[in-house]
Amino acid sequence: MEVYLDNSATTRCFDDVAALMTQVMCRDYGNPSSLHLKGVQAETYIRYAKETIAKALKVNEKEIYFTSGGTESDNIALIGSALANHRAGRRLITTEVEHPGIMQAMKHLEEQGFHVTYLPVDKNGIISLEDLRRAMTKDTILVSIMHTNNEIGALQPIEEAGALIKKVNSGALFHVDAVQGFGKERIYPKKMNIDMLSASGHKIHGPKGVGFLYIQENVKIKPIIFGGGQQNGIRSGTENVPGIAGLGKAVEMIYTDLEAEVNMLYSLKQLFVDGVTKLENVTVNGLTGRDSAPHVVSVSVRGIRSEVLLHALEDRGIYVSAGSACSARKPQPSATLKAIGLEKELMESTLRFSFSVFTTAEEIDYTLQAMYDIIPMLRKYTRR
Amino acid sequence: MFTAFLIKYAEIGVKGKNRYIFEDALVQQIKYAVKRCEGEFKVYRTEGRIYVEALSEFDFDEVVDNLKTVFGISGICPVVYVEDEGFEKLGKDILKYIGEVYPEKDKTFKVCARRARKNYPLTSMEINSEMGGVILDNCPEMRVDVHKPDIMLHIEIREKIYIYSEIIPGPGGMPVGTGGKAMLLLSGGIDSPVAGYMIAKRGVKIDAVYFHAPPYTSERAKQKVVDLAKLVSRYTGPIYLHVINFTDIQLYIYEKCPHEELTIIMRRYMMRIAEKIAQETECLGLITGESIGQVASQTLQSLAATNEVCTMPVYRPLIGFDKMEIVEISEKINTYETSILPYEDCCTIFVAKHPVTKPNLNIIKKHEENLEEKIDELVDTALKNDELIIVR
Repeated sequence: MEVYLDNSATTRCFDDVAALMTQVMCRDYGNPSSLHLKGVQAETYIRYAKETIAKALKVNEKEIYFTSGGTESDNIALIGSALANHRAGRRLITTEVEHPGIMQAMKHLEEQGFHVTYLPVDKNGIISLEDLRRAMTKDTILVSIMHTNNEIGALQPIEEAGALIKKVNSGALFHVDAVQGFGKERIYPKKMNIDMLSASGHKIHGPKGVGFLYIQENVKIKPIIFGGGQQNGIRSGTENVPGIAGLGKAVEMIYTDLEAEVNMLYSLKQLFVDGVTKLENVTVNGLTGRDSAPHVVSVSVRGIRSEVLLHALEDRGIYVSAGSACSARKPQPSATLKAIGLEKELMESTLRFSFSVFTTAEEIDYTLQAMYDIIPMLRKYTRR
Repeated sequence: MFTAFLIKYAEIGVKGKNRYIFEDALVQQIKYAVKRCEGEFKVYRTEGRIYVEALSEFDFDEVVDNLKTVFGISGICPVVYVEDEGFEKLGKDILKYIGEVYPEKDKTFKVCARRARKNYPLTSMEINSEMGGVILDNCPEMRVDVHKPDIMLHIEIREKIYIYSEIIPGPGGMPVGTGGKAMLLLSGGIDSPVAGYMIAKRGVKIDAVYFHAPPYTSERAKQKVVDLAKLVSRYTGPIYLHVINFTDIQLYIYEKCPHEELTIIMRRYMMRIAEKIAQETECLGLITGESIGQVASQTLQSLAATNEVCTMPVYRPLIGFDKMEIVEISEKINTYETSILPYEDCCTIFVAKHPVTKPNLNIIKKHEENLEEKIDELVDTALKNDELIIVR
């Protein structure tokens, strides 16, 4: 049996998405900038994807820009808005648990003379609004907070943060990295005071290499990619039409019956958490109920190194992740696990299980059974 | 301007009657190295010199980089050769050489002639002074310095006349293949690729064995070792890499022996298995990357305990090196970046918190008796399932 539980790293593409993309690549392959009919047809796909996304977010279509994915969206949002607004101030705020797409962009801005405050998180990975309030100053121009943590599934108080930011300093922009949260929860930027929002296609059963950035109409952004002036000059380069079409289709499919899907994910998560905590010396990091993401569970198995357990599960056809896929190939311990104060030994023993609409209860049972077999066996070889 | 390289070799020169064996091997290795380069080359040996002559367009840097991987080469000299058409013509050729190689002429020089063709009308000393005069007359900014010249201009009179002034250092050592073959215990770490490189430098051909522990170590860990072997093979030529599935042996040891002794007993079995493969493949020794005191399994006591299981000599070229010195070589041979990729390997997946650092051989042997029931069978199975990867 093959059980794919690494959906926070990437998801399987919906068949309908792949079919649509094939059609775009092989039949409707025009360049949307061309004047002829083939170009116009290609443009139709982009327009449709834009409409779909705008509808899901309840924003204006003009406010959606397509990018190569979450990282590029984050970079354009952060660097582009910081450069456009540096005269109003040079202070930025983010959290200690952000994705490298944010962290590295912030590091870059620090080198350019910006000052960045990194908000700490509690043991569940959640920031305190009081910390945010204290960090906000008159010359704060940008706050970036992730919606859903990719490693432990912590949900940040986005709506409250948005209200707070605008109350303290109506000029400060609010960016939300919603790569893990988009498609799992309804996010309405206008209602939540979000000025910019990043999302990615391949986390919602769409293609890799495509994502979008929502930019509220009045926000000033300097481009970081220069060229033919496509997408209002904010993101030049011929649009990835098959990718965009696929992304639009995936959004449409995922949002059709979102509440039911999310309820199902929560029940799978509950099933898994209940099962896994039956094991001795196994703990779950962060919150596990409705106040956490429906699809991510971070599990620490004391005494067993994550890579050993990961490969032992792989041997049974179960695919999971050590920490997060974006950092699993680097020797540094995960920033999130460090920020929530996990002891070192547990950091090296942490696995992430993440579910999707394709995950079934039977797969969860199979995984739990495998863990019941493997963990006591591996415990025999535990460091003493 | 350069279409040929004169290859200098140091140590081979003193090999007496066996010298030709080493020279032939060196020519073979050079041929192998230039085969990787764009273009066509003639490699030949004449009058105690080896020349690499380009017969077509080639990339200078690419050829030099590849020659730098050939053990036995002490220096690579880009040369210009001209026909012997009289003394006046030679003067013109030399001025042309200086004009192209040293366009900024504000330099000191010394001419160093060598008259291999003894019927040449002038002696070396005469050539030195005549050619020095030609240079001084035509390049007024240049001065002679016989002690520490900027340019040491070599003129060698042979069938043709060779002119060169630069010696690019080669890796030294002996041509691979002249010193027999040995079996390298290769892991994913920093040390073992360096150990293999160092022994190959003395002319030894390398085979390698890697201990793999699936499912607990990943395909990436194995690929990493293949990648390392590939980097080392630039210097050593093709490497026969034996991948041994070690999981069952490791788990069995863990089950039956005290955990503090896992590493040492595991290493003893690795040595036993490596020696068996070495014997079957005509290797004359084992090579490891051990260095005294680096980890628990590399104390003198541990090394003695590990060594006790094999009769073949075990070569440990890094034995007295500090970690920093090893890292320096691994950076030089380009294996460092690959070595530090963080995949678990069979030595790291199950380790005791406090491994024994001063094992008592008698106690170790006594505990190994616990394994009697199944271990031979497990070792045989591992050997039977040896996966051979030829890395080039």
